Amino acid sequence: MRLNGHFLRNTMEEIKTWARINSPWVLHFNSGSCNGCDIEILAALTPRYDLERFGIKLRGSPRHADVLLCTGGVTLQQADRLRRIYEQMPEPKFVVAIGSCALSGGVFQGCYNICGGIEKVIPVNAYIPGCPPRPEAIIDGVYKLLASLKPAERALEPSSHEYGDRAEVNS
Amino acid sequence: MESKRQDERFIIPIGPQHPALKEPAHFRITVDGEIITNAVVRLGYAHRGIEKATESRNWVQNIYLVERICGICSHIHATAYCLGVERLAGVEVPPRAQTLRVLVAELERIHSHLLWLGVAAHEAGFDTLFMYSWRDRETVMDLLENVSGNRVNYSVNLLGGVKIDIDNQISDTIREGLAFLEERTLHYLDVVSNDMAFLQRTRGIGVLTRSQADVLGCVGPVARASNVPRDVRVEAPYGAYQQYPVNIVLVEKGDLEARFIVRLKELLESYRIIREILDTLPPGELTTRMPRRIKEGETISRVEAPRGELFYFIKSNGTDTPERVKVRTPTICNMLSVLKLAVGHQLADLPMILAGIDPCFSCNDRVAIIDHRRKSPEIWTWQDLRQYGIEYYNGHSR
Repeated sequence: MRLNGHFLRNTMEEIKTWARINSPWVLHFNSGSCNGCDIEILAALTPRYDLERFGIKLRGSPRHADVLLCTGGVTLQQADRLRRIYEQMPEPKFVVAIGSCALSGGVFQGCYNICGGIEKVIPVNAYIPGCPPRPEAIIDGVYKLLASLKPAERALEPSSHEYGDRAEVNS
Repeated sequence: MESKRQDERFIIPIGPQHPALKEPAHFRITVDGEIITNAVVRLGYAHRGIEKATESRNWVQNIYLVERICGICSHIHATAYCLGVERLAGVEVPPRAQTLRVLVAELERIHSHLLWLGVAAHEAGFDTLFMYSWRDRETVMDLLENVSGNRVNYSVNLLGGVKIDIDNQISDTIREGLAFLEERTLHYLDVVSNDMAFLQRTRGIGVLTRSQADVLGCVGPVARASNVPRDVRVEAPYGAYQQYPVNIVLVEKGDLEARFIVRLKELLESYRIIREILDTLPPGELTTRMPRRIKEGETISRVEAPRGELFYFIKSNGTDTPERVKVRTPTICNMLSVLKLAVGHQLADLPMILAGIDPCFSCNDRVAIIDHRRKSPEIWTWQDLRQYGIEYYNGHSR
């Protein structure tokens, strides 16, 4: 019985992860950037790059979003709002910092109104460098984040046999 | 109750975060049912302290800093800065470099106007036009990348010249790209002036009369759509605009439709200027020697950004860093007219009026609407407000 419950829970988790990887909804937040990165994020959604073919959809509300795409070096006015928006997102949530400013403050490092990077305010899962990163780089970064959610893809083939063996032993 | 209603104010806060646009701004809109009675703006969410930062960086480093004031019109910021510093230093830039600056500035204007066309169409619920214009915008992004090596923040300017050059192969690529874009622009001009569904959202909405535009100090395409002949390229030609004169584009009506037409016709004008430049590009040096320390003095520098007049004040105290750099961008000049125009309009027109003036602002995600008839506070997202505008006009076709 215990094994069955465990199995069910695992399967449910696998289905959830599969769904999450195949249709992540993203929210875009400008924490005081120069618009360059924001335009490139939008460009990634338009026909030439078409981010939606990966199931990625831009949402307006943090409560619908899985992934937060953050740009800018975080101005003092926006820091509090960034934290609030992050807290409104449902678990599990992921943050992608896009552009040099979001990574370290970039060219604005040392300005009196700049916190100096998204990670100073909220935890960050993926970093995409560039000023601004090309749409291809943004797609690659988001894709790598999604790939990292997969339960050890490289070990999938051999480990499935292992599980099979172990299940036999257990039964 | 009836009399009390007169005094009550219903305020909709919009801002400062919006998913599709860029610059954060906060608006407080007072409404009486459907009609906007007052609008107040609060700016400064993207304030990074750039003007102060210029004082701690040297003249060359500042080019890369001012380029990043705006990611859409980065080249024109650097141009304004370089023109000012070169005037202070008393340095004459070679003609080929001046012409290449104008070439990139016009390419940038094309990319900015196409971007705006898409965003404004999106706010009207016309997503097909949004996707088409952004697809076509990739053509000019490719050209910019071809010329400078980067899609955004091209870093073309140096103090005393430019760091790029174009050859016959690149000119041919630019000509090909322009031929395609010209055909598309004529098509868009046809769409925005003849599509009945779209005209319902633009014709006669947000009318800014000539005297209003004058008094409110509007600049750029917003002023020109109200028949105010205000264009720095024409009034005070800088750089190579003396050799390549610009025909000013004016429309009389001053409504949203006029703003679409002005920007699209300016695209055609930009294509003409670029072709002329490619045909008659003067040969010669790309850079000239600049001193590391700029001699003491102060100057102003005015250029025409895609959104209107961009103003720089630069003061030097004879060292290798500036003493003061002051920037006035066109959006702040046009923001007043947004507040003026919104009053008396339907709430449903608000997204279009805001987007129609200038895309360099950002609105928010959360709109709280308190309707005094229903007395029920609701939280609206910007998406809801946009959807409301679209649905309102579906039901109220005029």
